Amino acid sequence: MSRGLTTLGVYLPRWRLARRALGEAMAWRTQSVGGRGERSYGHWDEDALTYAVESGRYAMMDAPTVDGVVFASTTHPFQDRSNAGLVAEALGLPAALTTQDVGGSQRAATSALIAMLEGRAPARLLLAADRRRTQPGSPQESAYGDGAVACVVSDAAVLAEYLGSTSESVDFVDHYRESGQPYDYALEERWVRTEAWVPFVRRATERLLAQCGVSAAELAHVIVPVGASVAEPLLRTLGVAPSVRADALHDRVGDVGVAHPLLMLAGVLEQCAPGALILLIGFGQGVDAILLRAGADIAAHRPASGLSAALAAGVTDHAYVRFLSHTGALSLDAGMRAERDARTAHSVHYRKHTVINGFAGGRCSACGTVQFPPAPACVNPECRAFAPQTPVRLADVPATVKTYTEDWLAYTPAPPLVYGNVAFEGGGNAFIEFTDVGRGDVAVAAPLRFVFRIKDVDAARGFHRYFWKATLRRS
Amino acid sequence: MASGIRDKVAIVGMGCSQFGERWSLGPDDLMVEAFTEALADAGIERDDIEAAWLGVFYQEQSTSKSGLPLSMALRLPNIPVTRVENLCATGTEALRGAVYAVASGAVDIALAMGVEKLKDTGFGGLPERAKGTFEDLWQPGFTPPGAFAQLGAAYAARHGLSIDELRRAMAHVSVKSHANAVHNPKAHLRNPISTEQVLSAPMVAFPLGVYDCCGVSDGAACAIVTTPEIAARLGHRDHVTVKALQLAPSNGAEMSHASWDGSYTPTTRLAAARAYREAGVTDPAAQLGLIEVHDCFSVTELVVMEDLGLSAPGRAPADILDGRYDRDGAIPCQTDGGLKCFGHPVGASGLRMAYEIYTQLLGRAGPRQVGSPTLGLSHNLGGIPNRNVASVAIFGLHQSK
Repeated sequence: MSRGLTTLGVYLPRWRLARRALGEAMAWRTQSVGGRGERSYGHWDEDALTYAVESGRYAMMDAPTVDGVVFASTTHPFQDRSNAGLVAEALGLPAALTTQDVGGSQRAATSALIAMLEGRAPARLLLAADRRRTQPGSPQESAYGDGAVACVVSDAAVLAEYLGSTSESVDFVDHYRESGQPYDYALEERWVRTEAWVPFVRRATERLLAQCGVSAAELAHVIVPVGASVAEPLLRTLGVAPSVRADALHDRVGDVGVAHPLLMLAGVLEQCAPGALILLIGFGQGVDAILLRAGADIAAHRPASGLSAALAAGVTDHAYVRFLSHTGALSLDAGMRAERDARTAHSVHYRKHTVINGFAGGRCSACGTVQFPPAPACVNPECRAFAPQTPVRLADVPATVKTYTEDWLAYTPAPPLVYGNVAFEGGGNAFIEFTDVGRGDVAVAAPLRFVFRIKDVDAARGFHRYFWKATLRRS
Repeated sequence: MASGIRDKVAIVGMGCSQFGERWSLGPDDLMVEAFTEALADAGIERDDIEAAWLGVFYQEQSTSKSGLPLSMALRLPNIPVTRVENLCATGTEALRGAVYAVASGAVDIALAMGVEKLKDTGFGGLPERAKGTFEDLWQPGFTPPGAFAQLGAAYAARHGLSIDELRRAMAHVSVKSHANAVHNPKAHLRNPISTEQVLSAPMVAFPLGVYDCCGVSDGAACAIVTTPEIAARLGHRDHVTVKALQLAPSNGAEMSHASWDGSYTPTTRLAAARAYREAGVTDPAAQLGLIEVHDCFSVTELVVMEDLGLSAPGRAPADILDGRYDRDGAIPCQTDGGLKCFGHPVGASGLRMAYEIYTQLLGRAGPRQVGSPTLGLSHNLGGIPNRNVASVAIFGLHQSK
């Protein structure tokens, strides 16, 4: 058995803003934003944590269990509350687990990956996700995207085997975001290319290749998470063919922050030949360089929910104002109903945390009826026993619509609020909110799946809470 | 074996305030308006009342908690006042308290008052309400129209109707109630409307448009109850008696069990069966002279016609379109305009329905009088279809020989 990547999952939020819409909205003041292609973005009820949960579910589909979770991001929703711990509960992982949030640089995910690859833990889950806010009209608004990649690292390297890594740390401020500030401040790209990207990556790569006894010409895929204007000259200095450069996904996704190197890796792993050598670069106040070898039997282990599936799930959005509203750049009037107090009773939340975070229903020990929420007495009219209920995770159980409505009166940042009664396969019924559905999308008996999302925002106390929502099971 | 409430209690006085946007009045004014009418109707003194029940739902928006708002508004002589709340069945619940008190023999004369002052929120529609600390963590941030709208999708799916077919029948529910309210001077909305207006109105919660939703109104209604013997002694030789007062709250099955498909209200069926039994009604469609049902939304009235056993399963849309529940139909429904047009001050609504049945049974309904009915039914559905409190009350005319 060799150390490396066992599984991988990609989640991109469903919505893809057409850059042209952005460019047209800004054309009166500048010609230098917008451009071609589209960037991914999530609706108001998503954040880096919900992205991480979704990618983690995909990565865990083929992994029996993990003993630790590391969540890399520069946009963790909580500065002081374990984001990884909440993700772990949403994934239904047992409490006997090590969890850790890492951030601080765009290298957060690649550095965490190196630590896992160098470590001896039986199986660790790495989650990389970012949802970086961008100032309207800024170059970042066009360039960035949202997304998440998760992978399991273990001694069963069926996807990619770890050959070695090097790192270099330099306080090179190509961009920064001070704590509490909403937006990045970015310096001139030409300076960053010449003074940082090219020399840092070249030094690290040469060291790594020497350490591993591999020549640059043997590299089948080079992953540099940056656009062609930087990557192409960089590859020339490395002495590799332009064709080995992995797709930076600018046209379809944008730069998804700490997850971007892994997102590009996901693209490579979908296409590469067995045994192909892959150089993975992470960049940010220094550089991480990781050498991987594609699994010999990779064809049998390519992720079902990888990059292609995530790309295919996208919906192009031409409504720039909607993008601004969902990403918090524009505050639209929501009416007085939005003033409703969304205070969380935390002692209640703790009492019910497996129910809320892990979507645990209960199975009656007397009659076997699955129900949500779990209760001291069974809801089955034929039973009603005061019998213990064993937890049943409903998050991954398919369901169908019993009833629904599109409510234009209820407060939601994205009207209409769609909700309804749903029936789970194998039993269980719930009254639940829907998400990522539009007008006319839902129908009685429509197939559903569930996603972990922001439920309510308590702006007065700087808190938001999460729960599961139904969304259409799309083929 | 309990004998039930049938004919043990008489209603000797009722009052109902004007319903509507009563911007200049508070809940105390509304209660006094209803009470003054009831007192004169009963022909008793205020201090003859020995106990009272107050029904109010959105306490946050109007009266605050407890029985005090009634005791203070009416300056009652420190008699027991109990505040009750059971969602939109609150008014009927207040009546139930007063009726049971008289039936038990604990008091001779009792008052049931329901009141709601809804138009102090600053926005349209019903106020926001707290769901509870746990429910808040998972339930959708629903509104009443959104929650009730779901009956529409489920009913259409179950009975193989298109939404357009269903909406046409729903539209007639509202058209009929508007037509009835024209003849009710106390009603909130007194304008006739057309089916086309209903169908082309802006959507509130699919498939409910604006005209599928009842009025959000201020108002109060009350009843003074006593024993039939005292009623006769007070000069009410012909009087209305309570034939049945039944309540059926959900126990969670609709929301959490597969046995419910979302297309009907099981609690109404249970409450109706119990009420018919208590009242000795064996053929409701033939025996009931008029009905007041909980038409918070047009679709609610539609499905409830089946739940009350008045329309056969799947037949409600056709019966409605055939005019069976119109004022000149076989079973006149919402002769006063219903929640739709009389208005829906939540805590008052159950008593407002009783007020219309009472008025009609006594032949006092003027231009909207529907013959000489001797039995009438009122129905409330509090909460939302998947978690509700249903009440069914039946009232009868006692005629002295």
